Amino acid sequence: MSSPIDFLLWVKGPAFDIALAVFVIGIVVRLLEIVLLGRKQDLAEPKGEEFGPGLRTIVTRTLPEAGSFKQSPFTVIGGYIWHIGFLICLLFFVPHIELLHSVLGIKWPGLSNHIVDAVAVVTMATLVAMLIDRITHSVKRFLSGPEDYLVWLAAFLPIMTGYLAYHRVLVPYPLVLGIHILSIEFLMVLFPFTKLMHTFTFPLARWYNGAMAGRRGVQS
Amino acid sequence: MADSKTETKTLGESLRQQGVSRRGFLKFCTTTASMMALPPAMVPAIAEALEKARRPSVIWLSFQECTGCTESLTRAHAPTIENLIFDHISLDYHHTLQAAAGEGAEAAREAAMHENFGKYIVVVDGSIPLKDPGFSTIAGISNLDMLKETVAGAAAVIAVGSCAAFGGLPHASPNPTGAVSVSEIIKDKPVVNVSGCPPIPTVISGVLAHFLTFGGLPELDDLGRPKVFYGQSIHDRCYRRPFYDKGLFAETFDDEGARKGWCLYRMGCKGPMTYNACATTKWNQGTSWPVESGHGCLGCSEPDFWDGGGFYNAISIPDGDIARNIGLGAVAGVAVGAAAGMLNRNAKADAVAKHEAVTVDDLEKTS
Repeated sequence: MSSPIDFLLWVKGPAFDIALAVFVIGIVVRLLEIVLLGRKQDLAEPKGEEFGPGLRTIVTRTLPEAGSFKQSPFTVIGGYIWHIGFLICLLFFVPHIELLHSVLGIKWPGLSNHIVDAVAVVTMATLVAMLIDRITHSVKRFLSGPEDYLVWLAAFLPIMTGYLAYHRVLVPYPLVLGIHILSIEFLMVLFPFTKLMHTFTFPLARWYNGAMAGRRGVQS
Repeated sequence: MADSKTETKTLGESLRQQGVSRRGFLKFCTTTASMMALPPAMVPAIAEALEKARRPSVIWLSFQECTGCTESLTRAHAPTIENLIFDHISLDYHHTLQAAAGEGAEAAREAAMHENFGKYIVVVDGSIPLKDPGFSTIAGISNLDMLKETVAGAAAVIAVGSCAAFGGLPHASPNPTGAVSVSEIIKDKPVVNVSGCPPIPTVISGVLAHFLTFGGLPELDDLGRPKVFYGQSIHDRCYRRPFYDKGLFAETFDDEGARKGWCLYRMGCKGPMTYNACATTKWNQGTSWPVESGHGCLGCSEPDFWDGGGFYNAISIPDGDIARNIGLGAVAGVAVGAAAGMLNRNAKADAVAKHEAVTVDDLEKTS
């Protein structure tokens, strides 16, 4: 790895292939494990539908809930801001669309870079604020383990390095672009083994909760 | 290649003799000062220094190269002051341009080295093969030997073109000749990398003007290139940059976006990772440059640009076949997941089988 371009090519080449393999295989294995384990047969007579309440719960549990909002508005608002900000940066920054286009074969209009840039700043600020809150809030600190901080770092690094790459704060550019791609590979490798899996498991869990309630004829 | 009369002339005298007016000369000095990001107050100093500058002896060595760099520097459409500066330097050895050949040519090189020991400038274009000295020789002398011998008495070395600066095309994977750049061999002399495939002629004359004016070399970046010309990326100075920022891109070479002059990022433009002066200096006396003519930047002034992925792939895209790898990963994941699922079910069934029902009587017995 003699030059920044060698580093970039390694990151874009073999390193990306390895990270992608860990990411895809890991996620498929974990999802299959969950689904194949099955549930104990419910012998009681069903009192209602499973499907409708299941789907509805996926939506309702994604929306803010009055009780938890009243109790910890910062966590709720901060959570929404950074999740949406992260998705905007991921899905509407033109170089990212170009990457997804090469994989999926479809593309969509991107946002102006200035908007994505502003969203990235808001997202980073929110993530930092939420980390400070996590550390200073005694209950949250008590509940947080090393994995929570690791996952925070894995979510923060891609946005920070992407911001640095876009603003070309570190030169040469192939080096900072390589670091940015490497940070995403770090995120991808951690994905199947940490709480990051919620990205894929949340619909399953929410659907099951709703379906279970629906079958028993209670409000989900 | 020069008669002895002009040897003693200053640059000012030489330019006047060739019909360059004082006004024209000062205009060149002002342009040079602004190109090198020097304050306007420096213009008189540049003019004075250039006026008095004596002909420096230049030895031009061509190794594993395509002569494109020489073409770029000599094939200007109209005579310019830059050309006259080139006329003014005493180009004592350049085997593409000189009339002499064989031993006569080598004798000219040796004479120039001997007469100007410690003061001459060596310009190199082309990379140096290290795998076998026989891959590239001049008059039976290997490139490596000639470079070391010639540079021994040089004041400075200017590596012209990406081959001399970074290895260039000969250095591209799998690098069959073991080609290396000048700076990988020369460690004890100042080396300026004027990269590009080919480099912009004005940049060469700018470096020479700097050498003549200040008696030294300009400030260099971490790749040994003059910062004044390579300090900013193509992307940052590109006139199409506003389209990038607005998300307006040409998708093919003949779509509406291409006709409207939108950003070429999606068609593989390497502007964001390329540092050069094309966007500001332009080519052919400021006529145009690659992006203006509708083609993305290839990144030719950067190391290993031949190996930096396809010219028409956007730089954000990893090189592998991602869709295929995701497919393979999913298949492997299903196989492993199914096996893990079976194991888990067996463990579950095993636990159910081993489960013993406990009654209240049992609990009372044990307590």
